[in-house]
Amino acid sequence: MKRPVRFRVNGRPVTLDTEADRTLLWALRGDLELTGTKYGCGAGICGACTVVVGGKAVRSCQASLKDVEGKDVVTVEGLARDGTLHPLQQAFVDHGAFQCGYCTPGMLMNAYALLAESPRPSPEAIAVGMEDNLCRCGAHKRILAAIAAASKEGARP
Amino acid sequence: MSTGAEMDRRSFIELLGGGILVIVSLGPDALLGQERRRGYPTDVNAYLRIGEDGRVTVFSGKIEMGQGVMTSLAQMLAEDLGVPLESIDMVMGDTDRCPWDMGTFGSLTTRMFGPALRTAGAEARAVLLQLASEQLGLPTDRLVAANGIVSVKDDPSHKITYGQLAKGQAITRTLDRKAVLRSVSEFTVIGQSPQRLDARDKVTGAAKYAGDVRLPGLLHARLLRPPAHGAKLVKADTAAAAVRPGVVVVNEPDLVAVLHADPEAAAAALERVKAEWTPAPPGADQEGIFDELLAKAPAPEVKDTRGILDGGPAPGARRFEHTYQKGYVAHSPIEPHAAVATFEKGKLTVWASTQTPFPLHDRLAPMLGLDPKNVRVITPYVGGGFGGKSAGRQAEEAARLAKVTGRPVQVAFTRAEEFFYDTFDPASVVKIVSAVDETGRITLWDYDVYFAGDRAAELFYDVPNARRRVFGGWMGDGSSPHRFAVGPWRAPGANMNVWARESQIDVMAAAARIDPLEFRLRNTRDERMRRCLQEAARTFGWTAATGPSGRGWGVACGVDSGSYAALMAEVKVDRPRGTVKVERVVCAQDMGVVVNPAGATMQIEGCITMGLGYVLSEEVLFRGGQLVTENYDRYELPRFSWLPRAIETVLVKNDEIAPQGGGEPAIVPMGGVVSNAVFDATGARLFRLPMTPARLKAALDGKT
Repeated sequence: MKRPVRFRVNGRPVTLDTEADRTLLWALRGDLELTGTKYGCGAGICGACTVVVGGKAVRSCQASLKDVEGKDVVTVEGLARDGTLHPLQQAFVDHGAFQCGYCTPGMLMNAYALLAESPRPSPEAIAVGMEDNLCRCGAHKRILAAIAAASKEGARP
Repeated sequence: MSTGAEMDRRSFIELLGGGILVIVSLGPDALLGQERRRGYPTDVNAYLRIGEDGRVTVFSGKIEMGQGVMTSLAQMLAEDLGVPLESIDMVMGDTDRCPWDMGTFGSLTTRMFGPALRTAGAEARAVLLQLASEQLGLPTDRLVAANGIVSVKDDPSHKITYGQLAKGQAITRTLDRKAVLRSVSEFTVIGQSPQRLDARDKVTGAAKYAGDVRLPGLLHARLLRPPAHGAKLVKADTAAAAVRPGVVVVNEPDLVAVLHADPEAAAAALERVKAEWTPAPPGADQEGIFDELLAKAPAPEVKDTRGILDGGPAPGARRFEHTYQKGYVAHSPIEPHAAVATFEKGKLTVWASTQTPFPLHDRLAPMLGLDPKNVRVITPYVGGGFGGKSAGRQAEEAARLAKVTGRPVQVAFTRAEEFFYDTFDPASVVKIVSAVDETGRITLWDYDVYFAGDRAAELFYDVPNARRRVFGGWMGDGSSPHRFAVGPWRAPGANMNVWARESQIDVMAAAARIDPLEFRLRNTRDERMRRCLQEAARTFGWTAATGPSGRGWGVACGVDSGSYAALMAEVKVDRPRGTVKVERVVCAQDMGVVVNPAGATMQIEGCITMGLGYVLSEEVLFRGGQLVTENYDRYELPRFSWLPRAIETVLVKNDEIAPQGGGEPAIVPMGGVVSNAVFDATGARLFRLPMTPARLKAALDGKT
């Protein structure tokens, strides 16, 4: 049954008149045309669809609109401010921490939540925190280096 | 405009408008395999345009799937044209705007396309100098062209930009092979590692992949899929699906789909389709497949025979006979296949994740009964290919559904569909009989490969008596034993061939009580390989020991795509668990002139990290035509915790040779280097990939 579902995406209030049990991933990609968030496996295994909800990394293919009602959702499109890349994004660019780029939004959002929780993680903690995000191109080494570099600069909330 | 399949040169050029245009032709030698070109002048492979705004646009049928060619090609052009990298726009994989291209695979882009692009850049610069000479009234030898500007040598303030020179021009030059390229010592752009041109798009979410294309009225399609390869549809009852609001149903004999504006609603409707299938014929599983491969092998192609194979080894020589097996491996890019198709005014436009936009275009036109010029394939960013995005099924389905429904349609594979329709790296077998004499020289090499083809199998070791027989390639064919599609997978067949060879080399080195590096150096006079091995050893800190030394060190090497790679690795084996942790990998690679060192290093790191998968975990599970592997829970890709604590890359300097392939060579020795390191750690050798914990434990138990 349709009803208004309210939440905030990248700081902006959003109201969707829709079924609240719909999956967040498809609402983001479809209704809101925020296609930076990717489908990878549909089972919460690969992490390509990761967004940040209330400061926590969430697999948007496993979350419903009901789960985010009244909450703050941040997607990859919300990281840069006024054309300036977020330190994490800049570190990914500087370290070449991507190849095909398809897993990159999920990697960035998972790392964003990781640094929000623990601003100065050890290299081991970064690797553990990123363990459940999959990359097929093999950019792992550079992703870890980029996150470590961004953490040194201090993560912006 | 011409109306036939061939567009003539003049109309092609008219399409491009003003400015300065340089047409790139690779010449007949480089065009092997390109004979199916259609719809474009037969001698054009790419072109570049210098616009009146000074921007340079390169139109190439190649595509960017993560390998970084968007940047490295632009670098090669920038070098010889004399423009800043930022002034170059790359238009790639668009069949309306780019000339025909066979596809992006085989590490060919930089090798084949790069030199032609450089020559085009040099030719364009000569044209610009000539124009400047006329406009400034000075001879060309008093002018210098750089950074998009022609200036007077002793008076840099006296200058004119490329854009100003292009203004009002309609100059067309066909590539002249005599154009003088800048030499290695003059390079300012080639050999540098600038920020990738796709970087900003990819970290902001702005990068569009095929599934990200949004059109008004777009329908998401979910298609009815068989439960197994070989099952045939008897009947599909779509009535229950059709009653859902907003659902569009297509029920044709070979195309049953439900469509909806919301992909989830389409998926829910698909569950209401009742389908009846014939049972799929029974067949082997991942264990039984190897007997089938041997039983169904075609007659061999004999690639190499020298010396005497029969009569047994010479007195004192030791003989070794081993069989190597590797299962099916999936490409599994994180982006599953996706396509969006739309018809407008009789013209079909398809955005597709594909490595082969032009062959796809050439199939779509006859399939839909359209004039080829009314079909356009656009390739946005591709989210990983590795050889797996050449088939194009999803684009064909999207196009057919768009035609039937009259609406824009997206077909985006689920992960299960991605596994089901993947063109796997085939299961394959290699049998080797070899011998080594008392001085540690290989005297016999009798090599039979089944269903992996010949790539990288050519021997660079000096062996007097050798034979190589190829029983079927990696593509499969009519008599193939495979129940599902197989096809090219990052360095097709080479991973199997090099794993088997480098394992067998190690078997002999250990039996001869010779250090495995020393054994390789003793048996090859190939200077490029010797240098790679020595450079790898220097960086690794290799010291001689006979295996198994207990150190867990391994070495393996291979030749692929014109490049040489030698790898060394250190592993730790958890004997109770049967797991392997690769602690450190060094790769020394000779790839000729290095266009973009950071890009090349990234590709090597990618090869090493991705390679851990086919060595340690990746194997498609199946029963006959039914795939047991449907998602990542049954198919484990390398993860962050698998990452070696050090991956070190040495780009072995070799400016004598033009740039060679970089996306594949370093993955090829991964099977050998890890297998050999595991043997060195434990004394156990596995003749089956992947080395799953169960298999490794069994091998370790056999030893103790």
